[in-house]
Amino acid sequence: MKIFREILSPLIAVVAAFAVGGIIVALIGDNPFETFGLLLGNSFGSLRDIGYMLFYATPLIFTGLAVAVAFRCGLLNIGAEGQLYVAAFATAWVGIKFGGTVVNVFGKDVDYSWTSLPAVLLVPLCMLTAVVAGGIWGAIPGILKAKFGSHEVINTIMLNFIAIALVSYFTQYHFKVPGDAILQTAPIGEAAHIPRISQFIPGMPEFVPLSVAFLLAILMCILVYIFLWKTKWGFELRAVGANPSAAEYGGISPKKQIIIAMTISGGLAGMVAIGEVLGYRHLYYDGFSPEWGFLGIAVALLGRNHPLGVFLAAIFFAILQRGGIFVDAFTEYVSKDLVEVLQAVVILFVASLQRFSKR
Amino acid sequence: MSEIFTIALLFSTIRFATPLIFAALGGMFSERSGVINIALEGLMLAGAFTAAVITFETGNPFLGLLCGMIAGAVLALVYAVACIKFEADQVVAGFGINILMLGLPALLSGAMYDSAGSTEQIAKADLLPEFFGINIASFLAFLLVPVCWYVLYKTPFGLRLRATGENPAAADAAGVSVNKLRYTAVVLSGVLAAAGGAYLSIGQSSLFTRGMTAGRGFIALAALILAKWRPVQVLLACLFFGFTEALTIPLANIKTASGENVPVQFIQIIPYVLTIIVLAGFIGLSRAPKALGIPYRKEK
Repeated sequence: MKIFREILSPLIAVVAAFAVGGIIVALIGDNPFETFGLLLGNSFGSLRDIGYMLFYATPLIFTGLAVAVAFRCGLLNIGAEGQLYVAAFATAWVGIKFGGTVVNVFGKDVDYSWTSLPAVLLVPLCMLTAVVAGGIWGAIPGILKAKFGSHEVINTIMLNFIAIALVSYFTQYHFKVPGDAILQTAPIGEAAHIPRISQFIPGMPEFVPLSVAFLLAILMCILVYIFLWKTKWGFELRAVGANPSAAEYGGISPKKQIIIAMTISGGLAGMVAIGEVLGYRHLYYDGFSPEWGFLGIAVALLGRNHPLGVFLAAIFFAILQRGGIFVDAFTEYVSKDLVEVLQAVVILFVASLQRFSKR
Repeated sequence: MSEIFTIALLFSTIRFATPLIFAALGGMFSERSGVINIALEGLMLAGAFTAAVITFETGNPFLGLLCGMIAGAVLALVYAVACIKFEADQVVAGFGINILMLGLPALLSGAMYDSAGSTEQIAKADLLPEFFGINIASFLAFLLVPVCWYVLYKTPFGLRLRATGENPAAADAAGVSVNKLRYTAVVLSGVLAAAGGAYLSIGQSSLFTRGMTAGRGFIALAALILAKWRPVQVLLACLFFGFTEALTIPLANIKTASGENVPVQFIQIIPYVLTIIVLAGFIGLSRAPKALGIPYRKEK
């Protein structure tokens, strides 16, 4: 019965989203069933489809887990977006500085790096950077809440804007290759690249950017589950989320747990950088995230803040994201903006049904 | 310095402050009643989109403004039902509204005008008129400040509103219908925020583009916090934030000694940094209405 109740409200939300979306599509003048066919039917047909879909799911799993861990401690981390921006830039910075990056600028070779580390050292260093940078940016609102009681929602929103502006400044003024028309950094060293899945699976086209970061995302789902439900630390974190004053009475410091939860949350959000920078773009690109941090809220919510739920919700949103491209191309009027409308309705319904599923 | 601090800077300060004043005053009503309003961004977008469409189709900017405000009211009502009736987490529902208003207007304008999420260009003569170089919406925004002050502090509605935000149980005991009042306050915030959004599409510019508020709803929220939820201070905070935005225009043309542009990013982050500092209590205590974010359930 408990599982039924856990699944019911996300299910109602998804059905409601398609009902509302279907009405809008019909009003606009396209066939809702054809549109939803395009939306849902393009993620499983071939290895290429699956590869792209899982590639879209990877960052959503990380941000979904990030939001879920904070949620379990009673915190709403709206700041995953800023955390992943800081992490992506820091990761690219390490990948450049320790990756022996040399760029040809107007016919002259310019060395952007300090040194050139081998892959066995550089890849772990870059991954660690992603987690630590995201973790630090996540810890700030945690510390502010613990020390001054200021609300993490407002602070994380503000820190998002600050992160994006600062990173854009460093990219524009210190790491952009002169003459490059796009706001992006120099490329990271090749030793920092992580393998793509296509190297292991015959038949997966090489251009599919799905990397081992996806496997890391699965691993993190498992680790987060073990952490939250099988360790003392996870228990303490959840105790604060369930009832801070009872937890404090039981000898658990809510302040400490708030800082820990926000740091872990930020670190998980930072892992988005591993797939995006080390596995896909191989540089930091200004404005690279299509609001994964905010979608992470929807993913966590739909996934009932459980790692398995987060995984499934991320897959669902990834299917929509992939399908959106086909909706854009093959319907007369409807654009991929439909995906955002569906996501929004899902969020509104899951949030509204929360009270009933808690009973 | 004289090339930065010109009369043009004053005018652009007023221009940039205008949408913030509308949205922040709107947010003030909602938050003073106890409902967090993260949805200001989405409410502004609803106003901006509707105003642009109606103005383009009818050529009447005042009708556009009115319809924009109605759209804001309708959307705010959806938000209010989620937050008040269904006791949804107000921050989460607010983000739902924001994401909805990124997608829906783009979807509709894409279908209506065969565009990539923007509406058609409105003729200059059909935009909200300007007097002495200042848009009529700016006059309205400034006028709204004393009106809101009066409503909040000198009317029974304002008294009930403040009581509801601080202590809903006591207000209820005194005969105030808490949830009805909250519905009114949230819808009012939708109307005002949408007016600010409408100014963006049919005053400051001449069309709606996808996500055109670009975070102004959150700046308005920051101004509201900085102002400690008080109307006159809201005006000052919005003017200050408008000033920081206006500063980026002349600075874009100024080169440093090494020939680089002055990094505008450091000016852009001022409102956000200031908000964090204020929230942490470094510049006097900023105390939110006590019942902010807590749904009210009448005891049976």
